[in-house]
Amino acid sequence: MSRVNDKVSPVTPPPVGWRLHPLPLRVMHWINAVVMLVMITSGWGIYDDDVIIRGFHFNSFWRLGDWAAWSLNWHFAGMWFLALNGLTYLVYGFASGRFREKLLPIRLPELAQTVVETLHFKIAHEDITVYNAVQKLLYIVVILAGIAQVVTGLAIWKPVQFSGLVSLLGGFQTARVLHFAGMVVIVGFLIVHVTLALLVPKTLWAMVAGGPRLAMRGQLRGSNARQGHAT
Amino acid sequence: MKSPFRPDLVPDATLLDEHKPLIGSLERRGLVRGGLSLGALAMLTGCDVKRPEAVESALLAISHFNDVVQAMLFDPNKLAPTYPASMILRPPKFNAYYDVMDVKPVNGATWRLELSGLIADRRPWTLPQLQALPQTSMVIKHICVEGWSYIGGWTGVRLRTFLEHVGADLRAKYVAFKTADDYPSSIDMATALHPQTLLATQYGGDTLADPFGYPMRLRTATKLGYKNPKWVTAIEVTNKYTGGYWEERGFSWFAGL
Repeated sequence: MSRVNDKVSPVTPPPVGWRLHPLPLRVMHWINAVVMLVMITSGWGIYDDDVIIRGFHFNSFWRLGDWAAWSLNWHFAGMWFLALNGLTYLVYGFASGRFREKLLPIRLPELAQTVVETLHFKIAHEDITVYNAVQKLLYIVVILAGIAQVVTGLAIWKPVQFSGLVSLLGGFQTARVLHFAGMVVIVGFLIVHVTLALLVPKTLWAMVAGGPRLAMRGQLRGSNARQGHAT
Repeated sequence: MKSPFRPDLVPDATLLDEHKPLIGSLERRGLVRGGLSLGALAMLTGCDVKRPEAVESALLAISHFNDVVQAMLFDPNKLAPTYPASMILRPPKFNAYYDVMDVKPVNGATWRLELSGLIADRRPWTLPQLQALPQTSMVIKHICVEGWSYIGGWTGVRLRTFLEHVGADLRAKYVAFKTADDYPSSIDMATALHPQTLLATQYGGDTLADPFGYPMRLRTATKLGYKNPKWVTAIEVTNKYTGGYWEERGFSWFAGL
């Protein structure tokens, strides 16, 4: 446990800083995991009352709520947890610098290279503290999809009170289809995300226990800032 | 709405009559057996199989909290978008807790609108009396809780105008409705006083057709479809919560758009 990262170069400070996934982040992640499942499966229950794709239904096994009224009650209960947890996560992500640190920059050549490597089943995961370009893009897409779900959800929940938003989205039925499409994007992400986490179990464990300790983020950024100031 | 799972062709009635005793005995036996095992399971877990009681009451508590939030979000001056008359769907979409074939038409000549509760003048109203009040038309979107929607054109007296006319206590909390098809409903006073809440007697310029609530039904542009009772026979102004048909079955009471 003393030395998690053996490749620490002598000039960087010893690993005494934050975990890869600090505690508040892990708590938010697992709250989100449960709430997302509630929102998706109750959403399927609501969908099934009046389907968007003719003939396409969700089997009752996958629907939360034994009929539409209870699917709606689950959905409108889950929305508070989703929105509050999501908002906390966004504030945390921006304020702590985690988003900038982990998700940026995304370089196009690197993106293309990672896609090609992934298609050849060469998935690099020696260092789980750094995300590759595809991971960065996927995380940004799913964060944006989550925000979009709240916006389109508000539009179809209150189409009169937020009538301006509804017309911006192209009308009530279009907003409804967009809300469905957002679910498809999130479910698509979930399939990839969960598959990869199971293929590389140490990433899953890191989201439970916190993962390796990193050099103090504040120190690093502070030294960068000093350098920036000097030049 | 007709269920897609219901066959178009029903079996010969004589065939059913012949086998009735057999089917009856089978069903009774199945029911007893099913009841026993389901009861045993319920006793074992101490809760309903599909919806545990604690979960149900937690969900209902949040739904009631959401009713309060919805009432706060409701802007009494915000108008629902309106559309040109050319976009009116004819005939409108029928939806009820029973099939359109089971609609029992109401006789407009003998129909009376009964009034009760916090109303000064509680004399019953006839259809011509109601139509003599100032009439308002609106072309608005009907949005069903299921997800479908259509544009409809409605004409009638504003509920606000009517309530003022009969001397209702406009500070009361609820306006409750009784209907000829046993579909009780109630709305908040703020929505009752909204300019797009009508006691509708016409659709698309014509007298309301039987399946859509002749002689009079509630039509509010700021609530989901199920908050618009058809064939209204009585209005009560009250401070007592009276709920409604679907609300008793789990749907949200406020159901504001």
